[in-house]
Amino acid sequence: MGGVRTGRLRPALLVIALGVLAIPFVVPTVWMVAASVKPLAEIFEAPPSLWTDSPTLSAYREAFTFQPFARQYFNSVYIAVLVTLITLLVSSLAGYAFARIRFPGANALFLVVLTGMLVPSEVTIVPLFQLFKSAGLINTHWPLILVTALAGPCALATFIMRQFFIALPVELEEAGRLDGLGRPAIWWRICLPLARPALSAVAILTFLASWNLYLEPTVYLTSPDLFTLPQALTRFADSYGGPMWNTQLAAATMTVLPMLIVFVLAQRHFIEGLSHSGLK
Amino acid sequence: MSGTRAAEPAVERAPARSTARTGRASGPAGPAFWTSRRRDVLTGYLFVLPQLVGVAVFVLLPVGMAIWYSLHDWNVFTGKQTFVGGEHYAALADDPQLPKVLLATLLFSGGVVIVNISLGLLIAVLLNRKFRGVTVFRTLFFSPVVVSVVAWTLVWGFLLQDNGGINGLLATVGIDGPNWLKQGDTAMVSVILTQVVRSVGINMVLFLAALQGVPRELYEAARIDGANSRTVFTRITLPMISPTVLLTAIVTIAGALQSFAQIAVLTGGGPGLSTTVLVYYVFQQAFKFNDIGYGSTLALMLLSFVMLLTLLQWQLRRKWVFYED
Repeated sequence: MGGVRTGRLRPALLVIALGVLAIPFVVPTVWMVAASVKPLAEIFEAPPSLWTDSPTLSAYREAFTFQPFARQYFNSVYIAVLVTLITLLVSSLAGYAFARIRFPGANALFLVVLTGMLVPSEVTIVPLFQLFKSAGLINTHWPLILVTALAGPCALATFIMRQFFIALPVELEEAGRLDGLGRPAIWWRICLPLARPALSAVAILTFLASWNLYLEPTVYLTSPDLFTLPQALTRFADSYGGPMWNTQLAAATMTVLPMLIVFVLAQRHFIEGLSHSGLK
Repeated sequence: MSGTRAAEPAVERAPARSTARTGRASGPAGPAFWTSRRRDVLTGYLFVLPQLVGVAVFVLLPVGMAIWYSLHDWNVFTGKQTFVGGEHYAALADDPQLPKVLLATLLFSGGVVIVNISLGLLIAVLLNRKFRGVTVFRTLFFSPVVVSVVAWTLVWGFLLQDNGGINGLLATVGIDGPNWLKQGDTAMVSVILTQVVRSVGINMVLFLAALQGVPRELYEAARIDGANSRTVFTRITLPMISPTVLLTAIVTIAGALQSFAQIAVLTGGGPGLSTTVLVYYVFQQAFKFNDIGYGSTLALMLLSFVMLLTLLQWQLRRKWVFYED
C-alpha cells in the first residue's frame, strides 16, 4: 500500500475517527429498517431510537395491498436485468471494435459515442417523449429499456470497455489469430473472458442506473401496474395526500435490503470492478 | 492507474498501434474482394453499429428536435407549432426566476463537488493503510451507492423533518435544530449532504485506486529527505493523483447538474426557488407548465454547461497528462 507512511495516526484513534465519520453513511439505512417494523406512533418518538418493544409487519402487508407492489418490484428487476444484459453485449462489441479494429472514421464515430455519454437525459426527454408517443409506446416499458440500454449508460459502458481493451496486451489475441479464429471468435472466446473486471464494472453501473431511473418512469408511465420501484415509493400517500410513513419505509426497506445484501457478499468484486472501470 | 499513466504515457499507445499492424497482416488471404483487411473493416462497423444506432436515435435526433422546439411555440392542446425564431432565447434574459435557478444550480453543483471531493479524499487517505477493519469501513462508506436514490432520499427526508431523527438527536445534546427542509439555506445544505453521502463512495474507491498507484519509492525518497506528512501529502500524493481528482471533479459536477430525483423527492425545488436547480426547472417548464419551447431552450442551456465542463476537462487534462490518441 502506497500510503503506509503518509501519516502516523494511532490505529485506535483512526478507527474512532472513521466510526464517527461513518454514522451518516450507515445510520439512515439502519433507522429505515428499524422504523419499518415499528408501530406508526413510535416512528417520531424523541429521542429517536432503533428499538421497539412491539415490532409489527403490518406496514409490509400494507405496502402490498395499497399498490401492486410485487408487480412493481418485478418490473424494476426485469427491466434492470434486461438493460444490463443488452448493455453488456452492445458495449463490449463496440468497445472492442473501437480499441482494436482499424476502420475509417473510427475516431469520429467514437466522438459520437462520447456525446451520447455526456448529454443529460433531461435534455432529451421532451423530444423522446414525443418520439415514443408517435410510436405508441407511452405507458409501456420500452422507453425505459431502449434508451437506457442503447444510449446514455450504454455509451458510458462502451467508453469503459474501450479503455479496458486498449490496455489489454494484444499478444493475448495473437495465439487465437494463428489458430485461424476470426474477429467474432477472438472477441467472444479470448477477449470477453479476460474482460471480466470491466464487464462487472459495466454490469454494476448499468444495473444501478436502470434501478435508479426516476425522471423517465415519471414521464412515460401512468398506470400503477407498470410503475417501477423509485416511482412507486413516492406514491404511498393516503387519500388526503398525507404520506404513509411506515408503509413507505417498509417498501423502501424491501427495495434496499436485497441490493445491500448482494453488495456485502460481493463487495470485493464491486469495488475492484469499479477501480478497473477506467474512470480515473 | 492514472498515476502510472501520467508517468508512462506510452503504455496505452503501444498496443493500439500494434493491433492495427497485426490486424492488417493476419489471416489467410480471402477471396478476390473480401481480403482479410476488408473483412476486418466490415466487422468493425458491424460491432459498433448497435451502439451508434442507439446514440443516433436516442441522443442526436432528440437534441436536434430540442433545437427545433426551442425555435417554435407549441400549443400542446391543439398541436399547433409556430416559428418564433430567437424569442425563447431572448426570454431567458427576461425570466425573473432564471437568476435564482442558476444561483441554486451553482450553489448545489459547487457544494456537491467541493464536499464530495474533499470528503472522498479524506476517507480514501484514512483507508489507504493497513489496519484491522479497513475492509469493513470501505464497505460501510461505499454502501449508500447501492441504495436506491429515491429510498435514500425518502429516509433522509424523514430524518430531516422538524420533528425528525436529526433534530431529535440534536435535542438530546440541547440544540434546537432548524426545520431543515423549510428554510432556503438549510434546505440547500440538506440536498447537498444527502447527495454527497450517497455517492461519495464511488469517488472514494477511485481515489483509493489512485493512491495505491503512487510509486512507493517517492514516499521513501521524501522520508529520507526529512519531509513531514503534510508536505508529503501536498507535494507528492496530491500531484500524483491530480488527474484522478480532476476527472472525478468533472464527473461529479456533471452528475450534480443532472440530479433530479434527489431534489424532486427531498424538497420539490423549495422552499420558494431555493433548491430549484436547472434540471428541475426544465422538468417544471416542459411537463408541469407544458411550455415545450421554453423548456427545450432551458434544456439546451443545461447541455451547453455540460459540454463546456467537458471541454474544460479535456483542456486541463492535456496540460496535466498525456492523453491517449
